[in-house]
Parts: sequence; structure tokens; C-alpha cells
Amino acid sequence: MSTATAPTKARAAIGERTLRKDNWRRYPIVTVVIFTAWLAYGLVRSLMGSDFWVAEYHYLTPFYSPCVNVECGEAALFGAFLPEATPFFIPFAVLSLPVLLLFRLSCYYYRKAYYRAYWASPPACAVGEPHQSYTGERRFPLISQNLHRYTWVAAFIVSVINTWDVVLAFHGKDGGVGVGLGTLILLINLILLWAYTISCHSCRHIVGGRLRNFSKHPVRYWAWVQVSKLNERHGQLALITLGTLVVTDLYIALLAHGTFSDPRIFN
Amino acid sequence: MSYQAKFRVWRGEAGAGALRDYTVEVNEGEVVLDIIHRLQATQAPDLAVRWNCKAGKCGSCSAEINGMPRLLCMTRMSTFAEDETVTVTPIRTFPVIRDLVPDVSWNYAKAREVPSFDPGDVKPGEFRMMQRDVARSQEFRKCIECFLCNNVCHVVRDHEENMPAFAGPRFLMRVAELEMHPADTADRRKIAQSDHGLGFCNITKCCTEVCPEHIKITDNALIPMKERVAGRSYDPLVWLGNKITRRKHTDTPKS
Repeated sequence: MSTATAPTKARAAIGERTLRKDNWRRYPIVTVVIFTAWLAYGLVRSLMGSDFWVAEYHYLTPFYSPCVNVECGEAALFGAFLPEATPFFIPFAVLSLPVLLLFRLSCYYYRKAYYRAYWASPPACAVGEPHQSYTGERRFPLISQNLHRYTWVAAFIVSVINTWDVVLAFHGKDGGVGVGLGTLILLINLILLWAYTISCHSCRHIVGGRLRNFSKHPVRYWAWVQVSKLNERHGQLALITLGTLVVTDLYIALLAHGTFSDPRIFN
Repeated sequence: MSYQAKFRVWRGEAGAGALRDYTVEVNEGEVVLDIIHRLQATQAPDLAVRWNCKAGKCGSCSAEINGMPRLLCMTRMSTFAEDETVTVTPIRTFPVIRDLVPDVSWNYAKAREVPSFDPGDVKPGEFRMMQRDVARSQEFRKCIECFLCNNVCHVVRDHEENMPAFAGPRFLMRVAELEMHPADTADRRKIAQSDHGLGFCNITKCCTEVCPEHIKITDNALIPMKERVAGRSYDPLVWLGNKITRRKHTDTPKS
């Protein structure tokens, strides 16, 4: 009597890197273009050292908030400690920009986007990646992504500062309360920045996700439910806020440069 | 309306094989599994395919259709153009037994590595849970174990050498389910990283993209689990607090 032998264990021999026929390259290419363009714009603007403050209406661009160089003048709402002789590569908002960059770099949405787009790990689902080996986020430097919660706390503090900037932007020509198009742009940008910050996965964990018993913590459960609703749109908010930051900064830069004047709604 | 569709199906045994071309009749309302069955009935009686419920609930007919991991029974032919060639291959990450039938036993071995539910010293009649406490875990119970998530995950798909150290999204989700369970007393945060390889995950979300049950694996299981692991092992303030209060963790031992 013959005996059956177990089949050898081998994957199906399929030579192609992928058999996908759809346009899977679109996502990584679009991501690289958007992120690279944004980083180039942000780098140029944050190191420019000019056209960041509209004194007449107290508009301060988020790229310079809080402004801590003595050259900021009255835009230094929280004091200035960087001397005039500071090298050009130190931005005026040296306290906030690095932590905001780290916040976005360690953000779970951005990680997905740039691991796929810049590192092709993987370039798209079911598409072979070009790397010989893979260790994930287990070693330095990527293991430091686990500190995302701290960058979130820093981003939260910066959002509070941005809120104060917007409060001050309700400034009229005669020194009283006023509202212009710039105020509204700053306000919309602020609301979206808060939505992005609050929808963070670390925030979701901190407010209630870490609990095992929601029923024993009704307030935290309620907060977790609200953050979870926003969290579903975290990726969209991450992209939208890239756009609103550029629009806000560009608008204030053009106003400060004198390209056009701010349409006023009230005072 | 019927039409003749072009199909390319991987045929082979124990790894060796090739794509073969077929022309098969397609009728309105059919899914890819219907066409594979017609192929079996009319042209290739020895074609091997694993299937069971034909309703997207048993997780048997996992395959790759035009390169994307899908269930054969849940992929409608109406999603393809009539002149499009439909390529069907077995799932790539696991060994193939024959034609479209993979050997998914790696998944069962990984399932056994997850320490089971531990209710502690609870006595009969003392077990009480509120719906809001178990709602999170219930999402993960929708899993039909088709293993498309484990198949698409590049950690093992592109790097076979990681298979011993990585449990895959399906079983990391199981660890998260138990970790979030209100009546489970075990602390699995350490072993999630050391035994099940959570640190390999770089949250690129392909598992979520291919899940036929639309479970938000990454957002609701893997990232919350990563945050819990960060709190246990990587958060310097938590570490300092534990030192000051001399709090002892009772981690589930490594296997």
C-alpha cells in the first residue's frame, strides 16, 4: 500500500512584483509631491524672517507663532530671547516649529503616508517592496515613534498659543474689536488645527482608550466617543490642515507685503 | 446578459506552477467563485479551490484577484469590464498546496501562541459586564479568519524571515481584544511586543484595506495596542511614576 506524502511547503511561484492592474502608483506619487512641496514652502517661509505680522490688525502667521526673536518686534507676544545675530537657519518660532514637525512626523496617519510614499515599505498594498530586510519600528530611530504622545502634548500647547493669536486678531483699525477676512481665515485654520490635534490617536488613548472599564468612567467614555468620531477623519484633517496652514500663511504674507489690503467686515 | 470572459488562473502544486489562460461564460449577478466553479465543471475538473459558505462568512475562499487579496465569493464580476482579463492566484504569503488552495496552518500556530482569556478569580454569577465595555471587542469578533490581513501584511509577505517573530494583524487584533476586555485580568502589553511582534507593524493599513468584514484593524486594534505598549515600555514619565510609587506590573510571562 502506498502512503501519501505531505506536499512541500512553498509559496506559489509568481514572478511579478504585483499583479495589480489599477493605478497603485498614484497614492505614493501624489503624497511625495504634496509633502515635498509643503516642506519646501514651510522651510522657505519659516526662515524668511519677514512678512509674518500685520501690525494694523494683529495678524500673526502660524509659521511664526510664538515669535521669539527680538526682530519680531510687537509680534513677540510671549517675549523674545533670540538675539538679532541668530543664524538664518534658526526660525523665529524656534520653540514651536520643531515640535510641530515632530508631532506630524510621528503622527500615525503621516507614518502610513510617508512609509508608503518615501520608503516604499510597502509602496502599496500587495505590491512587493524593494528592501532586502525589514525591522519595523522596533529599533532606533523608529522606536522613538512610541513617544508620539509627548509631541501631542507639545502640539496641544502650541494650539493654545495659536488660539491666543486668533483672539488678538479680532483687532480693528481704531484699536477696538474688528473682523476682517484675515481674522476668518485665521479662525478657520485654528478650528481645523484643533480638530487635527484632538483627533490624534494618542489623544484618543489618553482621554479614555487606555481604560478597560468604560462604565466606571462615564465622563472619559463620553470624551473617548467624541474623540473617536473625530479620529475617523484624522488623515483627512492632517491633509486639510497642511492646506489651511499654507493659505493662512500666504494670505498674511501678501497682506504684510502690501500686495493687497484686508477686506474688512467690521472695523 | 452573458459574455465570454478571459481568465488567467494560477495552476500548480507545492509552489511550482504558472498562470493558465481560460475563456469562461459569465452571467449577470455572478461572482468570481461562480466562474471558478464553471471552470471546474466545464474545462478544468482537477482545479482545486477551497470554498464553503459562498456568503463571505466562512473565510475559506481567500485568493488574489487582479493582484488584490479578496474573497472569491464576494467579488462581483460586474466590477470588471467585459474585455478585461481577470487574474486569479492563491494568496501569496502562505505555501500553496495546489492551484488556489493555500496552506494556512501558520495562522493556527500563531493563534495558539496567544494566551487565552483569563478571568482571574471570578466566581460563577459574579461576572458582570456593561455593553459599553465590550463594544470595542465585539468589532474584532466579526473576524471570519480569512487571513487576508495576514496575507497582505508586508512584514511577512515581503520578508518571510519575519514569520516566526510576527503574529500578523489578525492575532495582534486578538491580543488587543483581550487587552481591552473588561473581565480579562492578564497584562499582555509586554508580550504583544516581544512574542507577537507588534513593533514590526508600521501601520500602513493594508490589513484594514483588505478586510472583508470592514474591521478597522489598524485604527481600533493595532494603534490602541501600540499606545498601550508605549505606556508600558517606552513612556519615561510612566516609568518614573512606577518607580516612585513602587508599582509592580504582573506581565503575562513570555511563551
